[in-house]
Amino acid sequence: MAGSFDFALAIGGEAGQGIATPGNILTRLFIRRGLYFNAYNAYQSIVRGGHIFLTVRISDEPVYTHGDKLDLLLCLNQDTMNRHLGLMGEGTRAIFNSDSINPGNPRQGVELCPIPVSQVSGSRNRLVQNTIAVGATCALLQLDFTILEDSLKVRFARQGQSVVDENVGVARAGYEYAQQNFTPFPTALPETDQPKAQWAGNDAIAMGAAAAGVKFYAAYPMSPSTGVLHWMAQNARDLGIMVRQVEDEIGVANMVMGAAHAGARAMCSTSGGGFALMTEAVGAAAMMEIPVVLVDVQRAGPSTGVPTKTEQGDLWQTLGASQGDFPRIIVAPTSALDAYNTIPELFNLVDHYQCPGLVLSDLLISEGTFSVVPDDIDMNPAINRGKIITDAGTGNGYQRYKDTEDGISPRALPGTEGYVHVISTDEHDEDGGLISDEYTNPYKRRAMVEKRARKFNDLEGRVASPALVGPADADVTLIGWGSSEGAIREAVEQLAEEGITANRLQVKWIVPFHANAITAVVNAAKKPIIVENNYSGQFYRYLRSETGLTIDSHIRKYDGEPFMPHHIANGVREILAGKADVFVPYQEVNV
Amino acid sequence: MTTGSAQMTAANFRSGINPDWCPGCGDFGVLNSLQRACAELGLQPHQILTVSGIGCSSNLPGYINAYGAHTLHGRSLAVASGAKLANHDLTVIATGGDGDGYGIGGNHFTHTARRNIDITYIVMNNQIYGLTTGQISPTSRLGMKTKSTPFGNVETPLNPLTQAIMNGATYVARAYSGDIRHTTALIRGAIEHKGFALVDVFSPCVTFNLDNSHDFFKQRVVKLEEQGHDPQDWKSACERAMEWGDTINVGLFFQGNDIETLGQREPVLEKGGPIAHRDLAITDEQRERIVRRMM
Ligand SMILES: Cc1ncc(C[n+]2csc(CCOP(=O)(O)OP(=O)(O)O)c2C)c(N)n1
Ligand code: SF4
Repeated sequence: MAGSFDFALAIGGEAGQGIATPGNILTRLFIRRGLYFNAYNAYQSIVRGGHIFLTVRISDEPVYTHGDKLDLLLCLNQDTMNRHLGLMGEGTRAIFNSDSINPGNPRQGVELCPIPVSQVSGSRNRLVQNTIAVGATCALLQLDFTILEDSLKVRFARQGQSVVDENVGVARAGYEYAQQNFTPFPTALPETDQPKAQWAGNDAIAMGAAAAGVKFYAAYPMSPSTGVLHWMAQNARDLGIMVRQVEDEIGVANMVMGAAHAGARAMCSTSGGGFALMTEAVGAAAMMEIPVVLVDVQRAGPSTGVPTKTEQGDLWQTLGASQGDFPRIIVAPTSALDAYNTIPELFNLVDHYQCPGLVLSDLLISEGTFSVVPDDIDMNPAINRGKIITDAGTGNGYQRYKDTEDGISPRALPGTEGYVHVISTDEHDEDGGLISDEYTNPYKRRAMVEKRARKFNDLEGRVASPALVGPADADVTLIGWGSSEGAIREAVEQLAEEGITANRLQVKWIVPFHANAITAVVNAAKKPIIVENNYSGQFYRYLRSETGLTIDSHIRKYDGEPFMPHHIANGVREILAGKADVFVPYQEVNV
Repeated sequence: MTTGSAQMTAANFRSGINPDWCPGCGDFGVLNSLQRACAELGLQPHQILTVSGIGCSSNLPGYINAYGAHTLHGRSLAVASGAKLANHDLTVIATGGDGDGYGIGGNHFTHTARRNIDITYIVMNNQIYGLTTGQISPTSRLGMKTKSTPFGNVETPLNPLTQAIMNGATYVARAYSGDIRHTTALIRGAIEHKGFALVDVFSPCVTFNLDNSHDFFKQRVVKLEEQGHDPQDWKSACERAMEWGDTINVGLFFQGNDIETLGQREPVLEKGGPIAHRDLAITDEQRERIVRRMM
């Protein structure tokens, strides 16, 4: 639960109006004061126009979602006012440029904060309204102006003193105007003694890869995964990472496989459509036994779908990626920090098992921005590269695909003296030999299938099984997977306030799937409910196929926006009142 | 490329597996030439990585004593590029067929040439799909009757040489696999060349392409070297690459020297050796810089 201070502001306008800048100035200011934040940007796939709505929730305690309610609305255009003012409640404020925006009728208890921008700023530049709004926000939050001033100096330093001065001047005008004309929020913005850092989930994924020792990263741009490419490109020289933007995702995945075969830890990321193109490489990596990590940042599909909206809709795509019958590892991190920590862990697994590893992120995690405690970023995770031969040898009797007891064959990296071998996507024998009468030999084929399968015998024990959080005898048990952890966690807290006890189980490892542990939880639950951000219940179908369990209560959402805690809490109420499946209805609530 | 002991012979590069190509297949000549070129260059088997796609010709890595990767149909250049960038000490040679390289792998072919990455690409061009038993390929002649074009091919063949030259390949040659000595010399030049080198080799499919047989080529091929062609002359290279008729040119069409390779342009490769062998840990200073940018 958020701490004593739990505050959310939103900035709305159209693409091209410069929403990112005030958002950025404010979040930096919040993390410098040691506050936690969680931000979600609801946007559209256009460069100009449309409706963009950035919600930033701030607290002195960790916050896991962008929340359910708004305290302050910054309207940069009329559209934002029309869409969102009606949703603002008692004690909230709405800041807007009264030169161009007409407020209409707010609900009782909403304080309108009109600012005649051209008069206050003495400027006709459209963008000054953003800076004025930032100034006014700081006044309403009872912040000392010097704090904002320092922030602006840092933000605009590179653009020269005149730009700094202009922005500080305009911000001050907004600040002073708000002090004189509007009522500040009753609780001043708190401060903790531990400054935070901030990242987007995609940054966390890229950093996790860097910490894992990834030295080769390739991608073809695709929302919402492109942030990983950008981080890599920005930091590659410093970290000695080869970063390539390749002609298409087929090339990406195969190039990554080549780099991994040569011995580099190698990764790529994309979104569903790009992953579709990569799927042939998933099977190739499994067959050739090359450790690679592929990240699918899910967006709403199918096909090109909705590039800027979120969904948990690619589960079966990853389960079924590539032809044939072979094991792979799949993980769906539950937050940005979890994604960061999971990637090195996954690399250790794929190196150990010499296989492809797939990560299911989604727009919610990947494009959300979050505070992070710098000490939580462990840049030196354990690195275990598995059975790799790098020293020269005689190579006598070396077989790349030796049928060992544990199914894992020591891997000699190309270039190593004495171990010359051929790897192959065709079925092969222990030597990698690909002549037809060898690989069509049923005994050899069977042995190779079993060898590859046997590698994974101890996989389940190598990763943590999902843990039930909350009282064992709770009224309901909420089961989610991947990115919904934050919303489920806060929904449990909301339900507790009404006396409904709930516990929760968040599944992160898709393969291996801890079927026994999950079955035990479901069997012990009074009312198991599965929560997922898709229409058809992909996770439920998977859970049923792996456990044989039938569960008849579901909360699902498929409008492209993530769950907010109250969607889940409301769903639980409806289910307790007798409903089976709840599809979260369309609501224009701060997104 | 580091060279090892000079006493290598082509026999050192035989893998011990006998090719399952049809007797008379042009691919034998290519394999033979490649083995000779490696021996002449004094390379050691472990210094070489051959990467192929899928097709009769793409079975080649199995037959040469070197590190090999027999990857997916059309993907050899992508895999080869990744391997070369991860370990630039390796001599990376991609091999495959015209269907593999110019058809399904066409996009990678275009872009790998453009990148001028230091890879040798040997295409065994038989103007047909061999392994799938005789359908048209992107280089099949107009009007050619195959199983997939029983009434004659209505598509114009592409020209891999002009395509490579125009896209930025810095060594572009064509050989005929029946002339082992000439093919060897061109492959050798390609491996020695720093940058993306294409050697398109006429490699007749004696089973499915009776139009472009050994006899067909023997009667037509003429060497550019014997015609005074200057491979530094880019424009002339394009022109000579477009000639096709009673005589068909083979030899080195284009060689651009002193054009930076991708590896030379990438600061990440400048020092510290192959990235595949570098220390994986992030230093405290690197961590500090990263975290500072996040605050
Ligand atoms: C994705 C995919 N599509 C199709 C095939 C079937 N296939 C195998 S080889 C081949 C064509 C080979 O032609 P080419 O590259 O010219 O080689 P050749 O056999 O003539 O040497 C095809 C279409 C495949 N293996 N994979
Ligand atoms: S089918 Fe053609 S290309 Fe394939 S091995 Fe036989 S002759 Fe060579």
